Amino acid sequence: MATYSTNEFKAGLKLMLDGDPQAIVENEFVKPGKGQAFNRVRLRNLRTGRVLEKTFKSGESVEAADVMDTEMQYLYTDGEFWHFMVPDTFEQYAVGSAALGDAGQWLKEQDVCTVTLWNGEPLSVVPPSFVEMKITECDPGVRGDTAQGGTKPATLESGAVVKVPLFVEEGETVKVDTRSGEYVSRV
Amino acid sequence: MSDWRPCAPAAARSARARLLMGLRAFFAARGVLEVETPILSQGAPQDPMLESWVAEAPDGARGYLQTSPEYPMKRLLAAGASDIYQIARVFRGGESGPRHNPEFTLLEWYRHGLDHHALAREVVALIGELAAQTPEWCSPRGCEEVAYADLFRSTLGVDPATVDAAELEQVAAAQGFSVGGELDRDGWLDALISLVLAPDFPPDRLTILVDYPESQAVLARPCPGRPGYAARFELYWGALELANGYHELTDPDLFRQRRERDIAIRRARGQPLPPADPHLEAALDAGLPDCAGVALGVDRLLMQLLGRAHIVDVLDFPWPRA
Repeated sequence: MATYSTNEFKAGLKLMLDGDPQAIVENEFVKPGKGQAFNRVRLRNLRTGRVLEKTFKSGESVEAADVMDTEMQYLYTDGEFWHFMVPDTFEQYAVGSAALGDAGQWLKEQDVCTVTLWNGEPLSVVPPSFVEMKITECDPGVRGDTAQGGTKPATLESGAVVKVPLFVEEGETVKVDTRSGEYVSRV
Repeated sequence: MSDWRPCAPAAARSARARLLMGLRAFFAARGVLEVETPILSQGAPQDPMLESWVAEAPDGARGYLQTSPEYPMKRLLAAGASDIYQIARVFRGGESGPRHNPEFTLLEWYRHGLDHHALAREVVALIGELAAQTPEWCSPRGCEEVAYADLFRSTLGVDPATVDAAELEQVAAAQGFSVGGELDRDGWLDALISLVLAPDFPPDRLTILVDYPESQAVLARPCPGRPGYAARFELYWGALELANGYHELTDPDLFRQRRERDIAIRRARGQPLPPADPHLEAALDAGLPDCAGVALGVDRLLMQLLGRAHIVDVLDFPWPRA
């Protein structure tokens, strides 16, 4: 079993705590001048996304989490699972809705996502930072309003709804930043 | 790419120079003599909570970088020196973080005939004078002296001199606080002070904690009439620990007893045991005068005066760039 000592702690390190894989967000060394040293760490639970704070006596060792980020191509969904493939090996993984989370609204077939595997099982999915999608539904723009920089909601082919400028029309393809969910440009 | 540039802004450098001048003026006005003692010594403290850096010469000779100038300064006092101070560079192994750099500047001074309460008040006067010299520096608003035992009683309902580790763990759990790894009684006391109690000290206020459990005060004399407590104080500015002082232990037999306890702890934990400084024991046998001494972290004082949260904001070349 691989372990990490507190003196190896740094942001990004992945540990097993309370039965879940957790990533260190922040590690702080705390020590009274004449006393015991501690590491106070903020951790993000990679399964639930919850952030919590924990304190360790310095010098303690904690089990490492067998967590790996892998680039995979999104293939299709059968309604229950979302299927991904490692391009080099053609190895396929089925991701359930819990692990998929909010990434589902940005998935387009063929796009390459980062799938995090924990002990070989999909744990979470991060979509590409930018996706290009066709608008399947939006109201026609009203001429004259563009000068005020107004926006309107548009539904994309994946089902996601984003705010787009009034001049953008149904049937056009737009580029969206998936991290903020904001419209970037027309394509 | 090389990180050759300094971390701290130029303003921190001029503030440091001004601070050092202010410190020297403060002690000159009080007739306290500046001294210099060796940074590199043949022995090192055996305190289990301090790890010394080891220096090795090409011929195999080994020395230890000082964790504080305490031992040689006490030898000067035992040899008849008057009130003395030193601005020393000190080194502590394994200490690195937002408020720690393995090498830092320590101001240490000793006053004949003062106890730890009186010396704590002198530290407060020093900080007040320094802060007042430069209008743009932060200034503490008020100061409160609290007995260590009263703080634990009033906030957590325990007597720190008699409570055991299991009770402290329960008390911590009731505050929603836990620690990964097994702690003994002193470990729990340190955890509760540093991570639960001090963070609640008012941010602008100086807090003087006085009279620590004897197990937490290696070189402080026992408090008369208060078994289990020793004459140690710590000064905090907000939640940040700035200074640690003692009404100094002068009893050489008690010194030897406590040193044996430290050595036993180091052995039990498998920590390396550096050779003891033989001269300190001899100086105590010769007789240390009645005095109080304190060590103050100069970099941390500068952080507070400038309102900075991270020690790299006041250090040009912290360890990763040193």
